[in-house]
This record gives sequence, C-alpha cells and structure tokens, in this order.
Amino acid sequence: MLRSMKLFRIVLLLLVGIAAGYLLLPLDDSGDGSPAVPTLHRGLVTDPESVDPQKARSTQAAEVLRDIGEGLVGYSAEGKLVGAAAESWTISDDGLTYTFLIRDNARWSNGDALSAADFVFALRRLVDPATAAFYAEAVVVIANAEQIIAGEMSPTELGVVAQDDHTLIMTLQQPTPYMLSLLTHPSTFPLHRGSVQQHGDAFTRPENLLSNGAYKLVFWEPSSMLRLQRNEHYWNNAATAIDAVNYHVITQEVTQLNRFRAGEIDITGSVPPDSFAAVREQFAEQLHIAPYLGVYYYGYNLSKPPFADNPELRQALSMAIDREVLVEKVIGRGEAPAYSWVPPGVDNYAPIRFSYADMSQEERNATARRLYHEAGYSKDNPAQIEVRYNTSDTQQRIALAIQSMWAEALGVQTTLVNEEFQVLLANMQAAEITQIFRGSWIGDYNDAHTFLNILQSGNPSNTPGFSNKRYDQRMQDAAKQTDPAKRRLYLEEAERVLLSEHPVIPLYFYVSKHLVSPRVQGWGDNVLDYHYSQHLSLATD
Amino acid sequence: MLRYALLRLLGAIPTLLLVIVLAFLMVHAAPGGPFDAERVLPPEIEANIAKAYHLDEPLPQQFFSYLSGLLHGDMGPSYRYRDHTVGDLISSAFPLSLLLGAMAMLLAVVIGVSAGTLAALRKDSLLDRMLMALAMTGISIPVFVIAPLLVLLLAVQLQWLPAGWSGTAGAGKYVLPVISLALPQIAYIARLTRASMIDVLGSDFIRTARAQGLGTGAIVRLHALKPSMLPVLSYMGPAIAAILTGSVVVEEIFGIPGLGQHFVRGALNRDYTLVLGIVVFYATLVVLLNLVVDLLYGVIDPRIRRR
Repeated sequence: MLRSMKLFRIVLLLLVGIAAGYLLLPLDDSGDGSPAVPTLHRGLVTDPESVDPQKARSTQAAEVLRDIGEGLVGYSAEGKLVGAAAESWTISDDGLTYTFLIRDNARWSNGDALSAADFVFALRRLVDPATAAFYAEAVVVIANAEQIIAGEMSPTELGVVAQDDHTLIMTLQQPTPYMLSLLTHPSTFPLHRGSVQQHGDAFTRPENLLSNGAYKLVFWEPSSMLRLQRNEHYWNNAATAIDAVNYHVITQEVTQLNRFRAGEIDITGSVPPDSFAAVREQFAEQLHIAPYLGVYYYGYNLSKPPFADNPELRQALSMAIDREVLVEKVIGRGEAPAYSWVPPGVDNYAPIRFSYADMSQEERNATARRLYHEAGYSKDNPAQIEVRYNTSDTQQRIALAIQSMWAEALGVQTTLVNEEFQVLLANMQAAEITQIFRGSWIGDYNDAHTFLNILQSGNPSNTPGFSNKRYDQRMQDAAKQTDPAKRRLYLEEAERVLLSEHPVIPLYFYVSKHLVSPRVQGWGDNVLDYHYSQHLSLATD
Repeated sequence: MLRYALLRLLGAIPTLLLVIVLAFLMVHAAPGGPFDAERVLPPEIEANIAKAYHLDEPLPQQFFSYLSGLLHGDMGPSYRYRDHTVGDLISSAFPLSLLLGAMAMLLAVVIGVSAGTLAALRKDSLLDRMLMALAMTGISIPVFVIAPLLVLLLAVQLQWLPAGWSGTAGAGKYVLPVISLALPQIAYIARLTRASMIDVLGSDFIRTARAQGLGTGAIVRLHALKPSMLPVLSYMGPAIAAILTGSVVVEEIFGIPGLGQHFVRGALNRDYTLVLGIVVFYATLVVLLNLVVDLLYGVIDPRIRRR
C-alpha cells in the first residue's frame, strides 16, 4: 500500500511538472509571435500538402499558392484573364508560339528581380522525372514535355526558352486555346533558382521560401495554420489592402462554422452539409453559393457485364433518376441538377443537354421502362446491380435515394456497398469488381476540354473505360483546330456523342459555398472559385 | 541495478522489431496507396513518383532501408506533407498532446478525488446524489457531444473563450480542450473514489481513529485517503497511456495539431511513413515507460532488486 502511494505521488508530481513546465515557459500563443496587424482569417478544409508549386496537388494548396506566388497570367477580381508576372504576350498565327514579356518591376520577396529564366527553371523542374510532380501532365501540350516526363529526353529540351531576362518564348506541340488559363495554375509558377539550389528540399520552409506573389509565407504549423504577410517587393504591392492572411486548417466543417459564428474566421472553406438549411436561414446575407466547375456522377464499369454493350440499360438507369428531387430534397444544399457532362459557365462553349432533359420525370420513366424491357429485363427478371461509394453520410443518402428511384420506376434490385475512399479508388482503377461507382471531376482550367478530355480512350482518369471512335475523333479534330469558334463545335459534337452513349450518369454540378463575413469587401463569386486575398479588403470597424 | 536496466533494454529490442515488422506489413497491406486520387496519374508520372519515394522497390528492400533510416534517427519524409519529415511532424505534435493530456489528468485527479471524498462523507445525502448524478452524466455523454456543446455555450454564445485552436492568442485556447478531455475522467475518478472511500471509512482502523477523538478532516487526510486511492491508481495507469496518445476526437473538434490527428489522417491518407513513425514512437514510449515503472518498483521494493 505504501508502495502504491509513492507511485501515485510520483505520477502526480510528474503531471504537475509537465503542466507547470509549459505554463512557466512563455506560451507561444498563435505560434508566430506576429504583431497585431489587420488580418484576414480564411478557413481551409484540409492541409495544403506542400507549398512547393511543382509538388502541390490539392485545391487547398493551390489556394494558398495563388496568394504567395504568381504565374505569367492570372485572374482579375472580376474573373478576367489578365497579365500577372507577364505584362503582355503575343501568340503566333498557328497558335504554337507564345512570347511573354515579363514585367520590369517584378521582384522576389527578397528584392531580387524576377527573370524569364526563373520560369524556365520551374517548368523544366515540373516535367523532370526526378521531381515526381503530380501536375506534370498539365503541361504536356508544351513541346517535348511528354518525352521528358517519360524519361526519353532531357528537361533542358523543353520548349520553353528565356530569350533575355524579360522575354520568355514557349513552343507548343499543338494549338491550345486554353493555354493562358492553364498558365494560371500554380504548377507553372516560377521558382527562385538560387534559393532552391541553396536549400534543396528545405526551400519551402517559411524561413527559406522566396515568393513572387502579393504575400509571403512566414509561419506554417501542419494541421493548424499558415500565416502570410504582405510581400513589400511585389510589383503591385500598392494595390494590396490586407497586411496579413491566416489560413486556418479546420477539417471539421462544423468547427469552421462555429469559428465563423464566434468571429474568429472571416471566410469559411465550406459550409457543413447538415447545418446547411439553418445556415441559409441565419446567414442569408453572408452565404455565397456560386456555380463551380465540378460534376458529381455515377460511372459504369464498361468492361464487364451487365453494362458492357448494354446502352439501353445504361440509359434507362440514367433516365429513371429524378435529379430535381435528388438535389432539392435528398441533398438540399444548393447544387444544380446535371443533364450534361460539362458544367454550365464554361468559357466559349454552349451547354449540350441530354435529349430527354426537357421531359417530365413521368415521361422519362416511361421511356426508361421501355428501354429496360428492350434490354431484356422485366418484373420477373429484374436487373441486379451494385453501387459502390465512399463511406459518408451524404454518399449514403444519395445512394439510398437512387436505389429507391430505380426500384420504383423500373423494379431494379440494387445492392449498396460503401468503402473507405482509398479502397474505392483502388477498385475503380482495377475495374474488376465494380459495376457502378461514385465519382466526381473538378475542372483544372476554364475550358470544356478539362472535362471531355478524361473520357477519351486510354486517359488514365477514364475509370468507366469509355472508348468510342467518333468521340475520340471529334476530340482530335478539336485539338488541331486553331479557330476557337470551330474548335468549340467539335467539342460540342463530342459531348453530344458522349451523352448518347451513357458511359456515366452525371447527377449534379457542384457549387462553391462560403460564408463571408460582412467585414470582407471585394468578394466576387466565380466558376473557378478563385479568391485572391490581394483583391480583398477589410472594412474598418 | 544497472545490469537489470540494461538487460531489460536489450529485451525490449525484439519487441520493438516485431512491432515495426507488423506495422510495416499492415500499412502496406491496406488497399490503395499514398498517391491515389480520383485524378488518376498517367503511368509515366506514377512511375516517377513511385521511384522518387522508393515505392517501386521490392517490399523487403523497402523495409530494410526504412529500418536503417530508423537506426540513424531518420523516420523518412511524410508522403502526404511533402515539405515535412515525419520527425518534424512528431516533434511538433507530441508536446501538444502531452501538455493537454497532463493538464486534463491533473484536473481530473484533483476534482475527481475531492468530489468523490465529499460524496462519500455525505453518503446518501442530497449532495451525494447530485454529485453522483453529475458523474453518471459525465460518463454517459460522449466527448463528441460535450465538446461542441461547450463551444456553443462558452465560445459562440457568450464569447468568453476561443472556439478553435489556430491563430488564437493566450492560454484561453487550452481551457475548452482540457475541460472536454477531463470531464469523463473526473466523473470516473469521482465514482471510484467515492466507492472505495465508503469502504475504507467503514473499516475497523477508522473506527479506532474515531474512538481516539480525531476529527473527520484529520481522519480522511491521515488515514482514509491513502488506502482509498488504490483503485484510482490502478485506473490511472491505462488512462495516462490513453491521454498520451492524444485524443483524436478532441483534437479534431478543436483543430489541435496533435499526434492523434496526425495518426488518423495519416492512416486515411495511406501516409505510410507517418503512420509507421507514430507507431514506432509510441511503441518505444510504452516500452520505456514500462521500464521506468519497473525500475521505480525496484527502488520502492528491495525484493525486486535482489532478484
């Protein structure tokens, strides 16, 4: 008993010691020891995995990178493509050569001049196999990029040349009308050569990182916060209104909402699905919902029965889903029903819709039943299918609703299988055991190509395994076309083919959702959901 | 004594090795990989990434290079946080989990033991009933309900305390997480203390002490408290181990960058090195703590030392 008591005291003393030790040390508060300057607080739903422009992958990393870095071109507050690090550019008549003129006053955050060679360095690094960049594929349209990624050529042979300090010449493999939009992507941002060579992998540490955007990174605690401060050397620094930006990493959407309510966060990264109705009521003024370049779909595994060579069944299932009920009653969070693959709001493109988009649901169900019978199914011989989705409340709710819509309209017997996300992805790619799977696609640039491209034969993200000669032909025709008006017709024709073949069931288009505090000014909704901090300002209280 | 410690340390090596092997095999057996995403990578790029992270090598080779890295104190780069090493992440996250856990446990012991003693002394009184009803509530309501309720009341409505962790200054941000962590422990310790205190207070030696004219305060302090702490002590062993591992739920709710969050996120992201690193770290910690406790027993009880 004496022994236990001693142990007990030791343990207690230890606990007191630990607690006291911390409390005696100066608490390093937010951890960055920064002086109190007007600060914009933004919420992020996941950690940016990297602030290395060529290694970053997530939309969250891109969001932070757009604040600290800058490409040749960028978007204005109104969502227009404008010169960023480049003040102007010319495009050759064949659409293959781009000549960029880089601003004289463009600077790195240490005051060094930004030169064309910094872009050459970064773009070569992007395609260099040793970098292992996720987004290397984004620039395959640049001459020799594909061969360099495959290890068949040296990165120095990339079709990007610095003619002098301020002139960058880019040669493309094929005309690419969305090239400028592509160049707003952080993977094409420049790097300070000296700092990368000096620090190696550690060049992204806040104490080492040199940036050429409106802000610089001064503090980063993974899973917690990134703090940015005004970059005094930025060429357009005079136009930056907010001195500091804190990106708070808060994976729990409810916590983001609570912190917004408590006034600790000015802009949330999302809105919690379960509180959406309450939020819409309580924060009608602050809630921003805008169309977003993303589509949520169910994909068919086209390499196995029952969906291989069975377009009737595929179309019947697609038609029997009441998308209006799905988005309004089942999900109820402002999403738009999808009757096409390419979301509305894409530049230079006329939305194509399913031929049955204008029918009532009863008419659609009648047609679906006819197709279902043509495919050889009936009440006595119902189709038995399986839907796989990743484990989550929302996915479950959608799957359950669709299961009952199919049962009611057609008598289909559906089994639902939920899996952890990484497991689902592995199964989708293997295409062995899947029948119908849940998928989504977010556009990388404002062009229909970013959606249509992935369903071409052999595209790695073509998880349904769709392969159609007419479709591929139209896509190739579009790729060769330099006239945007003609190219657009090919792309639209391709989508018409796609929608008649039903390799996927588009269900709804994403919308971006943010709560924006009234003290934030200059916020503009846009389809890319880009919101540069340098375009925002804070109302003085 | 030194010999005993060394022998024990040597004995820990096979245990650790076994843990590493099992953990290594398990993370690699999980379906999906660290770089899988809905945006499927072209095969060339996938090959480049696998090469950069040595995932293209045969598993035994990967294992031995991991082990040799460990021996040099290098737990490798995180696959998900590409700008950070696993060592960085653990060394910044562990102190936080440790601090929160220690503060919560301290709070739990002080309040739990006091409340339990008070209830035992006023057995079957209104106070006792109220305290135990509170304790029962504390045990039955899970922390993922209590914590958001506390946030709603104290942070959102009254605005006394910050609602989250990052970017908030001062000691205020510790209050809600510590209370949320401590509440169930307080409740549990209070019930344990009450039960064992009632037992002890009814025993003969306490009656003798009373017969000698000692007051209630002195009896509790001098005679009853020590023996009634035994069940609490045996409960605290596993409880401390649990708080050291960081509370995943509390860390999630408040957005605290502690080890628990890294572990769960690492497992979901298939961040092999991060998950392995944390497993190895904990295994080492547990082995060391056991050793320390055994040595302490040796200090306290000479019979163990002599063996």
